[in-house]
Amino acid sequence: MTQKPIPSSAGGFAIHLKCLPFLVLLLGAVITFQCPGLHAADPSRSVPRTWQDTVTSARGQMVYFHAWGGEQRNNDYLQWVADQVQSLYQIELQHVKIRDTASAVSRVLAEKQAGNTLNGAIDLLWINGENFASMRDNNLLYGPWAEQLPNFTLVNAPQYPEMRHDFSVPVEGYEAPWLRAHLVFYYDSAYLSAPPRSMRELLAWAIANPGEFTYPRPPDFLGSTFLKQALIELTRDPDVLQQPVSQSNFDAITAPLWQFLDDLHPKLLRQGRAFPANAPEMRRLLADGETLLAFSFNPNDPVNRVRQGELPESIRSYTMRSGTLANVSFVAIPFNATHKAAAQVVANFLLSPEAQLRAQDPDHLGSSSVLDTSLLNRTQQDAFRALTQKHPSALPESEQGNTLQEPHPDWMPALESAWMRRYGVN
Amino acid sequence: MASINGMKHAQAIASWLLLTLLAIPALLGVAGIVLPSLGYSSWSSEESLSLVAWQDLLGSPGIFHSVLLSVIPGLLSALFALMIVFSFLATTAGGKTLNWVRRITAPLLALPHVAAAFGVAFLLAPSGFLLRLLSPALSGWQRPPDLLIINDPWALSMTLALIMKEVPFLLLMALAALPAIQADKRLAVARSLGYQRSTAWFWTVAPALYPAMRLPLFAVIAYASTSVEVALILGPSLPPPLSVRTLSWFSDPDLTLRAQACAGALLQVTVTVATIGLWILGERIIGSLLGHLRQSGQRHFGARTFNVLGRSGFLGTFTILSLALIVLVIQAFAGRWRFPANLPDSFTLRHWSGQLPMLLEAMQTTLLIAAITVTIAFVLIVLALEQQIKSSRQLNHQLMLRLLYLPLLTPQIAFLFGYTVWLEKLKVAPGTFTVILAHLVFVIPYMYLALSGAYRGLDQRWSMLAASLGVTPARFLLRIKLPMLLAALLSSLAIGLAVSSGLYLPTLLAGGGRVTTITTEALTMAAGGSRNTIAVWAMIQTALPVLGFAMALLVPKLIWRQRRGMEGFMQ
Repeated sequence: MTQKPIPSSAGGFAIHLKCLPFLVLLLGAVITFQCPGLHAADPSRSVPRTWQDTVTSARGQMVYFHAWGGEQRNNDYLQWVADQVQSLYQIELQHVKIRDTASAVSRVLAEKQAGNTLNGAIDLLWINGENFASMRDNNLLYGPWAEQLPNFTLVNAPQYPEMRHDFSVPVEGYEAPWLRAHLVFYYDSAYLSAPPRSMRELLAWAIANPGEFTYPRPPDFLGSTFLKQALIELTRDPDVLQQPVSQSNFDAITAPLWQFLDDLHPKLLRQGRAFPANAPEMRRLLADGETLLAFSFNPNDPVNRVRQGELPESIRSYTMRSGTLANVSFVAIPFNATHKAAAQVVANFLLSPEAQLRAQDPDHLGSSSVLDTSLLNRTQQDAFRALTQKHPSALPESEQGNTLQEPHPDWMPALESAWMRRYGVN
Repeated sequence: MASINGMKHAQAIASWLLLTLLAIPALLGVAGIVLPSLGYSSWSSEESLSLVAWQDLLGSPGIFHSVLLSVIPGLLSALFALMIVFSFLATTAGGKTLNWVRRITAPLLALPHVAAAFGVAFLLAPSGFLLRLLSPALSGWQRPPDLLIINDPWALSMTLALIMKEVPFLLLMALAALPAIQADKRLAVARSLGYQRSTAWFWTVAPALYPAMRLPLFAVIAYASTSVEVALILGPSLPPPLSVRTLSWFSDPDLTLRAQACAGALLQVTVTVATIGLWILGERIIGSLLGHLRQSGQRHFGARTFNVLGRSGFLGTFTILSLALIVLVIQAFAGRWRFPANLPDSFTLRHWSGQLPMLLEAMQTTLLIAAITVTIAFVLIVLALEQQIKSSRQLNHQLMLRLLYLPLLTPQIAFLFGYTVWLEKLKVAPGTFTVILAHLVFVIPYMYLALSGAYRGLDQRWSMLAASLGVTPARFLLRIKLPMLLAALLSSLAIGLAVSSGLYLPTLLAGGGRVTTITTEALTMAAGGSRNTIAVWAMIQTALPVLGFAMALLVPKLIWRQRRGMEGFMQ
């Protein structure tokens, strides 16, 4: 709806009595359009011109932030964020703890099916990869908005293209970066002195030491990540993986991966007849001494777990020699979010140096910041530098470079269903 | 007269409300998935009748294996649990053991499925508690052996856990129904004819008791064949049971898989119905077989078998469940605990202190939802049962019995997905109210199961006697009937509380994820937490129903201390 022009007073004051009811209606319409209070519950209609307008209309709104709630650290961190946005912007942030992002995707889908286009239950969603691609394809996201956030400049997107590409799919302002993650392997150094540093070494090691390794069963996110890491390393032409699957010969490209898995599976824990369901289960197997090697997509996860006493002190972290899969996770706003303005304010706060510093702090979230710290002031830079992990279980500084790009999101479901066809039935 | 009429109206309305609550959500919910499974939905690009989803479903690798993995736990868990319960009751009939057993059964029954599954998993795993006790002294293992015990391909560990979990449930159902069939008198007559105690029980009490056990047994079969939570923890994964696969298709971000998931959910309904059909077939065959044996007149028939099976079965159940509970308690307070240490190096409260703030809020919500749900269900069920007893037409009862199966037989995910869509269509915002509505659908059948046997079994002559003394029906209900049924009423309330507080998918989907109960919190933490965190939540999840069942057992004992026959569970 666009605002109608206000009737000019060219007609003078000679108001004919017959016109009065019409004029009253018109006046009513004008007042309704110009009074922001009457539309407070429906911010999607009023498009704020400046960031300050967004902040103003966000005041007093609730934000339902659907984010994975499986970890205490995350939950505590988001509680802190809630306290901050409450005192800074009078926004009431509610962390809706979900088990997996796909359930939130299906919720938005159900709302769309039901014709709910204005009052969706989800205001903000932690997301990336195939979930983002799927929501974008189905027009389930609001946007573009992310690049208008004042703090977006701090991620230095021109320098770091991964801030604008989610698994190689252009983001186009439909989600704002939040955290960085990359694949890290960890092992129990009490039993294993030299861990395998490539997929071929892993296979050789597994053959020599059967039953000491396993990986989460795809389509678990981390299990599929392992398949992608192995595929990038083993295939002859990894560049093809940046394109959609349909543009390549899937069977030829993935053949080395299946050969590798055919050889590896009989040497896995339980001879590959049962796989852990997810990352926590794989970690528990290592904690229980059933395996010696595991991996995580949060590079600080192993050291965090050691500090909590969940993993033994003898745990060491490392990455694969040829590089390690890395990606950025984002926050997105569903197309029918009830409180879009407040959701953007929260997304902007998540990108603030203050919030990112705490996110990287090993005593709090212990994740990795998306900010380019060279763009920050001296005090902030010092604060980030002071956070370097000194713990022996932490990933050494020397292991942190050399990242591999995520394949196009098409590859994940294609690899998963191929895996299911080959190994899904004993 | 006015109060009598008011009562009648209330009863009639309650019956209809109950039927509506059972039928409408289940039917509409399932209706919501039939069309999508045939290609009609907003997530498929072209809306036309197609069987693609069904072809994909039936063509997916190992689908018949998955179906089998629904049928096996369904049949085996019901069969073994029933055999154990009946043998145990036959062996201990009229004896003192039963009093003692009753006391220990309640907390076992209250142990939620998820908590029990986690406990059993840690008990039996290669790095689990049992092998830690044996290692390294007896086994020589310094590190856990590579054995496939849990997640075995034929779902045996999962079936074992389900049997352990259903034995207390069926036992409580049987104990609640026994007084109404005058078991002690039947037993006395048969024993006076020289039958051995367990044989006497089997030939005289069991046939009268079994009809009251049918509904609970069907519920057990339906639960075991559709359970997602237990299957995720203990079940096989290559391939997983049908319910788990269906759920994973539902939650796949590839939206085209949803049509296949809808078809899978409908297949699940069919499989569950077929499994119950198999059970009914088995019932007929075994029934006629036993009929012949009964006429043999042997006074010691099966006595030895009952003795062994009943005692060892119950002892096994009790031991495994108690050990699982103990292991959970240890885990919840454990510091470092590495294989093969028998016990943790240290104990700590750290796992609890981290969870406390979340705990209090979740507990409040859980109690509020459970209290409202159980109260509504209770009033409706009592009024409806009253009407059934009065009414000469049997239609209501038959209809009710059939409809009762709907929520129990329909895989939760199948109709909850449709239910969410309908709520959205009607522009009802998700929240406490929608959760209560969803909970009612699941709570009513179990509470009805717990109550109807005893309620309908109560001797009709009490009411005639009261009426002849000038007592109004309402007064009779409140002053005579309900007190006489106190034990059954309280156990149905306790079951209602346990079911409501333990519901995961209904709370999650109907509440839009915004309503946080102890169970949703427990499963969310389980998705990423350590074993210690899981143990903390499993204990919290257990504590609430344990309190409920403890009250249900203790209150009648306290109130009827002077009246032995009123304690309800006594034989």
